[in-house]
Amino acid sequence: MEVTEAVAIDHGLKKEEFSKICELLKRTPNLTELAIFSAMWNEHCSYKSSRKHLKKMHTKGKQVIQGPGENAGVIDIGDDDAIVFKIESHNHPSFIEPYQGAATGVGGIMRDVFTMGARPIANLNSIHFGSPQHKKTRNLLRGVVKGIGGYGNCIGVPTIAGQTTFDESYNGNILVNAMTLGLVNKNKIFYSKAAGLDKPVIYVGSKTGRDGIHGASMASATFDDKIEEKKPTVQVGDPFTEKLLLEACLELMADNSIIAIQDMGAAGLTSSSVEMASKGNLGIELNLSEVPCREEKMTPYEIMLSESQERMLIVLEKGKEEHAKKIFDKWNLDFAVIGKTTNSKKIELVFDNKKVAEIPIDLLAENAPIYDRPWKKTKLPQKLKFDKDEFKSLKLSDCLKKILSNSNISDKKWIWDQYDHTVMGDTIQKPGGDAGVVRVHGTNKAVAASVDSSALYCFSHPLTGGKQIVCESYRNLISVGAKPIAITNCLNFGNPEKEKNMGEFVECVEGIIEASKYLDFPVVSGNVSFYNETKDKGIKPTPTIGGVGLISDYQQMLTMDFKTEGNLVYVIGKTDGHLDQSIFARELLNEKKGPPPTVNLFNEKNIGETVLDLSRKNLIVSCHDVSLGGILTAVSKMCIKGKKGIKINTLKGLTNKYEYFFGEDQARYIIEIPKASLMKVNDILNKYSVHFDELGTVNGQSIEYKDDINLPIEELEDAHKYWLKKYMDS
Amino acid sequence: MRSSVIIFPGSNCDRDMDVALKKFGFKNQMVWHNDQSIPKSDLIVLPGGFSYGDYLRCGSIASKSKIIKSVIDFANSGGLVLGICNGFQILTETGLLNGILQQNKFLNFICSNVYVKVKDKQNKYFKDLKKDVLELHIAHNEGNYFCSEDELKLLEDNNQIAVTYCGKDGTENETSNPNGAIKNIAGIFNKNKNVLGMMPHPERMIDKYLSGEDGSLFFKNILDNFK
Repeated sequence: MEVTEAVAIDHGLKKEEFSKICELLKRTPNLTELAIFSAMWNEHCSYKSSRKHLKKMHTKGKQVIQGPGENAGVIDIGDDDAIVFKIESHNHPSFIEPYQGAATGVGGIMRDVFTMGARPIANLNSIHFGSPQHKKTRNLLRGVVKGIGGYGNCIGVPTIAGQTTFDESYNGNILVNAMTLGLVNKNKIFYSKAAGLDKPVIYVGSKTGRDGIHGASMASATFDDKIEEKKPTVQVGDPFTEKLLLEACLELMADNSIIAIQDMGAAGLTSSSVEMASKGNLGIELNLSEVPCREEKMTPYEIMLSESQERMLIVLEKGKEEHAKKIFDKWNLDFAVIGKTTNSKKIELVFDNKKVAEIPIDLLAENAPIYDRPWKKTKLPQKLKFDKDEFKSLKLSDCLKKILSNSNISDKKWIWDQYDHTVMGDTIQKPGGDAGVVRVHGTNKAVAASVDSSALYCFSHPLTGGKQIVCESYRNLISVGAKPIAITNCLNFGNPEKEKNMGEFVECVEGIIEASKYLDFPVVSGNVSFYNETKDKGIKPTPTIGGVGLISDYQQMLTMDFKTEGNLVYVIGKTDGHLDQSIFARELLNEKKGPPPTVNLFNEKNIGETVLDLSRKNLIVSCHDVSLGGILTAVSKMCIKGKKGIKINTLKGLTNKYEYFFGEDQARYIIEIPKASLMKVNDILNKYSVHFDELGTVNGQSIEYKDDINLPIEELEDAHKYWLKKYMDS
Repeated sequence: MRSSVIIFPGSNCDRDMDVALKKFGFKNQMVWHNDQSIPKSDLIVLPGGFSYGDYLRCGSIASKSKIIKSVIDFANSGGLVLGICNGFQILTETGLLNGILQQNKFLNFICSNVYVKVKDKQNKYFKDLKKDVLELHIAHNEGNYFCSEDELKLLEDNNQIAVTYCGKDGTENETSNPNGAIKNIAGIFNKNKNVLGMMPHPERMIDKYLSGEDGSLFFKNILDNFK
């Protein structure tokens, strides 16, 4: 086939991009070469719209071993232990084929982690669906949950936490973000930078098939009516092979045979070989006739673009081929020497003894286009003036029940019961808490992780929203007694070619940067997913933050369930009663306007450190951060989990109880204090000059507040626990 | 007491089982599926996971693996063989245990704490166990035990039903049955009660920071009965 501009456009390239390719090559590329360019220059692989802004991220810190740019980020957790982690999106494929899309998302992120030599120890996910009323939602949710479980359960890595939301902006574009944490000895980390000339390039894992061809380009475009036709671009996962690949790779990594290793993810063999060569400033020569293929008569074009799963590319020390082959034979995996490193600084492909492609590596990597796309600032919306007389007709207890059963607040047990969350025998905080916690096997340490996003806040004011999610992640880790260390982010946005969407991206990123700098909570890995748009309708900006923290003695871990009758309950942090953008405003007043709650980074840090200090001194016995739904929602969850009630005090100086109980002001926690610790707690709170309210006392079997609320826990539980199950069964 | 845990490709509870056995004082060894023989053992464990990807049927390919003949010989000579979860599925596929494990009644994978009632204590696993109801943990998609009426009668007549799903107080009914298993069966013995297969994972319940500690009782009891 002759390569023309039209063919290039079919491959997702822009007219100008095609001319630039011809200019750089000083000739017209052949079809295979064009395919390689299209794979490397698409948004998904090149970050061409986002790179300019991502550069400004706060990525360094005392405990950061590896920041963005590798397969995953790495942090130091002491005693030579390091945690490798990353979050990644698999949005487009999951909408087209929810089971396989979600499953391969989980598979891909786990490979990113074990590629670095780490054994995966925990999975998390953040999944977002359209309105519950939308006809596709139920099936998409069912498929995604089954896919995530199907893959993670089979590998035997516990899924320890997650987040699920519903919003009509996801009707045509669901989001599936998967995160994995792995444990590695910090002196045995493997990187993707090739080094040395004439080193054998090894292909291991599954055979290459025709699945997933153009997957990365598909993920770099918006959807239209013909998405069903895109099904063949979705990869098909085989977790069994991945489990074998994991064990085989870790076995080979136990000695010094590997120079560089890279998983074949988006754009398969193309991006893995180019990235390894590019990082090592080398050339690479591949003989595509040696690539193990699943199907007959695959062309170089197909082999280079296939996104078949469970494959790895390794640059090996010379002479180690036999040793490595033995390991892969033991695990029944394909093993083939398919090429070598060269000093040509080109990627050269041979097929049937003929050279079929030759491209200088820097044209694919460094010379890939970078765009400074125009963007529009979002103005902070005017604060709403609520008619408080209107509130009076609302009964507090009815409001609470309604909020607890809101689709975004209600219990997600139906989902996480389908994920194996206890395999590996170290899960000490299961899904449903503020963060999942796993022990570092055989030590006193534990690692906490959570995933968070706040699309409504980000939509209303991206800058504040960006800051808020980082803070929320910080709080969730502190709530389980962990010191926050670093984050990974998955930036899900609409079409960057639209000024509004690009603006949302730029400002959310700015917010993330500001908060992560202030809180010393650096970003060590991440990914960007643009073009989450169907027929011109984009999603609400949904950056997802995956936070990781350390508990140095796991016996100090905190949970949110109320523990003992008679203990005191405090709200730490000041409540101004911010109702704009709250669940209360949406659910009970049908009011969607207004700004998100203000983020005060000084308070976040100071109050966070206070709570951490209290937990380190063993002065508090339970803790929960106050977020969506405000104080009353948070307290209800603590009651339900602990099967204990609370008697709420008559609060002094309370101006409006609705604002107080349902306001979503930031930087707040609820803590439970044994009476014996009270004096010490008060001293510490005063030392840090932290505002607190004496909310009440753990008491009985219901939530009581004056004459306004008297709700037995079972009633709260009914409201909270069964919405999702009922929805899925209906 | 010497134990061996068999690792099949796709096993994923092998390490957890190794950790649990060693914690309570078993001298444990790991055995690869392609090995011909098993080191001298007093207990062989087939761990949970997805042996051979659960392809064809759960446990089916493992039941034809190289090592399995040694396991069958060992069982037939009276040795203790314990199959947990996928291990239970493998044991039914080998014919060492009766019946089959179907997909869960509600068609979903279930990961959850459950209570099981110990139905028989005249065996080397549960003899003198201090509790009648244990809190254990399940994590499976195919744990819905089923067998023919004749087989069920035999199981009942010979007291081969080992554990059944129940409520905290020991009541066995539909609500306490997580997966639709016939007669709430969570685990069974062979006729001689040296082979035990069960869906719940005792190895995940071995210290108070995990989902619970009743798994410890199970392992300690096997050791106590061996002495």
